[in-house]
Formats: sequence, C-alpha cells, structure tokens
Amino acid sequence: MINIHEVLETNEMIEKENLDVRTITLGISLLNCIDTDVDRLCEKIYTRITTVAKDLVATGEEIEKEYGIPIVNKRISVTPIALVGGSACKTPKDYVKIAQTLDRAAKTTGVNFIGGFSALVSKGMTKSDELLIQSIPEALATTDFVCSSVNLGSTKTGLNMDAVKMMGEIILETAKATEDRDGIGCAKLVVFCNAPDDNPFMAGAFHGVTEADEIINVGVSGPGVMRKALESVHGADFGTLCEKVKKTAFKITRVGQLVAREASQRLGIPFGIIDLSLAPTPAVGDSIADIFEEMGLERAGAPGTTAALALLNDQVKKGGVMASSYVGGLSGAFIPVSEDQGMINAVVDGALTLEKLEAMTCVCSVGLDMIAIPGDTKASTISGIVADEMAIGMINQKTTAVRLIPVCGKKVGDTVEFGGLLGYAPVMPVNSFDCTEFIERGGRIPAPIHSFKN
Amino acid sequence: MKKTVITVVGKDSVGIIAKTCTYLADNQINILDISQTIVDGFFNMMMIVDVADSKKEFGVMVDELEKLGEDMGCIVKAQREDIFDKMHRL
Repeated sequence: MINIHEVLETNEMIEKENLDVRTITLGISLLNCIDTDVDRLCEKIYTRITTVAKDLVATGEEIEKEYGIPIVNKRISVTPIALVGGSACKTPKDYVKIAQTLDRAAKTTGVNFIGGFSALVSKGMTKSDELLIQSIPEALATTDFVCSSVNLGSTKTGLNMDAVKMMGEIILETAKATEDRDGIGCAKLVVFCNAPDDNPFMAGAFHGVTEADEIINVGVSGPGVMRKALESVHGADFGTLCEKVKKTAFKITRVGQLVAREASQRLGIPFGIIDLSLAPTPAVGDSIADIFEEMGLERAGAPGTTAALALLNDQVKKGGVMASSYVGGLSGAFIPVSEDQGMINAVVDGALTLEKLEAMTCVCSVGLDMIAIPGDTKASTISGIVADEMAIGMINQKTTAVRLIPVCGKKVGDTVEFGGLLGYAPVMPVNSFDCTEFIERGGRIPAPIHSFKN
Repeated sequence: MKKTVITVVGKDSVGIIAKTCTYLADNQINILDISQTIVDGFFNMMMIVDVADSKKEFGVMVDELEKLGEDMGCIVKAQREDIFDKMHRL
C-alpha cells in the first residue's frame, strides 16, 4: 500500500513545484463537414465541435478535483482548415469566416485555445492553402482563441521556399494587424518543419488526416519538479544526474497517462498519445532555464547549455516512454523565451542570444519559440530565420518550429507583455545583415539524401 | 472498493483526527489505514479510505473536507488513490 512519504512527495510536487497536466487536447476531424457553401460549412463546423467537445471542460475539471492535480488547459485541435475549406472558400475573407466560427465554438465549449487553422505546404501550395495563409493576419486579429500553424517543409519533401518567403511577410502582417496588442497575433502563429499530426500543444496543434474522427492527446509538464529533484544530486556525476532526470520524468508522465486514460474513458473518446515535453510557465521555478542552473550553468545560454539540453531532452524521453504505451506529439523540452522566467532573465543578462537558441533547437523540440524581435525587422530576415530553423529540422529528421513576434514600435531592450501563460518578453536583437536575395530565389530546397530510405 | 487518500497537513491541535473521522463516519466512509508523521514541525496525517458506500458525491466530499480543514486551521485534501499508485508503483 502507498505510504505517507510517497503521498506527501506527490502533493509537494503539485503544491510547491507546479506539477500539473499542461493540456488535454481533444482532436476532432472536420473532414465530414466539407461543403461547397461557406456558410453551411461554418454551421457544420460549429455544430460538430460544440457537440463533440461539449463535456470536455467539465470532464477536465472533474478529473482535477478527484485527483487533486491541476489540468491547466483544455484545448481542441481540428483538421487543417485549408483541407476543410478548399471547396467552399474562394477568398481569404471566407477563411476569416471559418476562423471566427472556430473562435465562437471555442467560446461556447469554454476551451482555452483551438488549433488547426493550418495549411500543410511542405512541398507545394494549393490555391486553398494560399488563401488560408493570406487570411491569417485578419483571422488572428479578429479572433481570441484560434491558433494557426503552417508546415513549410519535411525531411521527406524538402523545404518549400516560396512558402517560407510568404510566411515572413505574413508574420509581419500579423504583427501589424495586432499592433495595438503588442503583436499578440504572432503568439498564436507558428511555422513548422516535420509537423506532427498529434501535437497537443499550442500554437501548433492540429488534428492530422492520419488520425481517427476524435482523439484525446495529453501534454504533461513539470520543469519545477525536475529542478527540485535535481537539487538532491547536486555535484554528482552525469550518470547519477541522468538517472534522476529519467526517474522524475517517469513519475510525471505516469500522472499524465492516468489523466489521459480517465479523460478518454469519461468522454468515450479513444486515447491517442502523451506528449512528453517539459513545458515551462512564467511561474517562478517552473522553468527549463532553472534546470540548467541547477545542473551547474550560471545562466541558460552559457557554454554547455546545448549539452545540458540534449541530456535533459533525451533522459526525459527515456523515462517517459517507460511510463506510457503511446508517446507522440513533439516530446522534447520546450525552450520558449517569454513563457520561462529563467530564459527571460538569461536574455536580459545578455547570456542568451537568438543564435544560441537556434543551436539549442538542434537537440530539442521545438524551436525558436515566443521570441520578441524589433518591429522593423524585414520580412526577408524573418524568412531567413525561418529557413535556418526549418533546415535544422529537415536535416536532423526532427520537428522544428518558429514562433517569432515582431513588435511594432519596439526596439531591442524594450519589453512586451502578453499575459497569462504567454508571459512577457524582452525584445531580442536580430542579425541585421541582409538575406533578401537568397529568399527571393523562390522554389524548393530538395529533400536531403538521407531521406531516401526506401 | 474505491480507495481514496485523505491528507491532513497543518499545525497540530486537539481533535484534528476526531473531527475528520467523525465526518467520515457520518458519511459512511470506511477508514482502511491511518498513518501520521511530523515534518518540519507540521502535523501530517494520511488516511486511506473506501468511498464505495459514501453518501456524498466525490466532488462534494472534496469541498466539505476542505472546508472542515479550514475550520481546523489545516489543509485537508481527498484524492483518488490512483494518482499516488501510478506515480510510485510500477
């Protein structure tokens, strides 16, 4: 039988170290809503989402209460809208209509976010994809809970550089369209290479076409728990350190697995995957950067940070896969800047730069995340940063992503406030040398040689 | 059997166990195991109980125990046993 010390340890993790389940994400296929009339399509989408997800929030809250573990977010992901809206949408405005429908459905169901205002254009763009991408600035400016993502490349297909160029411009336009709110639209927009179909985390969640009609995916959390656990192996060798990370990841994931199973049972919807990512929050102590400091780095970004992150990410997976039968999504440590107090401190102190963050993304999911940059950054420069990050994903056969927030009227050293889980961020400097000619070339970067495995 | 873990954490005072047990008895909740320890000067008690015959809905019991805790100056939590079991047992 469970003993008192184990009970106290668990509750200490929940109460003092911010252990929580970050999200229960309900994936809903909208393929059966497809229609040639945009208003009819919107009506079908609204009805489908509000029917399937009607009990999601209540069930989540019930589980929280019974197990005494916070479930921070309840979210919905849907089929990439560019696939759903193809036959109905003739203009970007039509896509904006769908975005607003998704927002309405999110509000009715009471979820925190709805993801899937997405296009998958890793090799080429259909007319529908193009219209959706063009609609993103207005769609994100006129909705509160809709998240958008675009997959720009993959190891199998190479990089769609036309889309990379276009997204540089769209990211800037989205920032301008939400200028009055410090470019918050860009916090809800992410571009990917090798985007997974079952990611429960925002802004990149969408319900891939390889998925069933409905599915429950769960994202765990626990940087605070990890940091606290590592205190007990202070100064020990790497073998001991790794063992501790692995065991702690196992415990965290088992809680996620339990919540996933319960949610799936109570909602009568099959369980998909657990995403093993360590996801920080702006709460003090719930930070990936603090884990690095506990490992022995003065600040995140110091020499050794990439190695520390590689170790952390790998051991989290090794512990996590033992705890859950189905692991998927992104499953890696997240290193968002604005959502992690330790990362913010590292940037403010000058320890962490955009280039170091890029290096770190080679060994962890996901990528350059929640980074505020000056509002006068050129579209081609943003495309260049995106292209670099996508190339890392393509060559290393991993997911990478970029979520940059150009903040209009702000310059390096200023701070922007997004609120809630999105936190706040210092505006970071961007390499000012030009890459326009490179981006202007257009076309595709071919798939790498090691993608030909057949 | 539906096992639930009740924890009481707070400053030690007369009647904490009595009051908690009275509440449980009044609601047909059977106590299977009690253990107690003092950590950093704080009173820590854990009970494993069976709520299969409980008169109250689980959520209501959680709220009422929390209220009872507030009256006694401690934190009383009720959680399904699975969360501890899953975390600490293979």
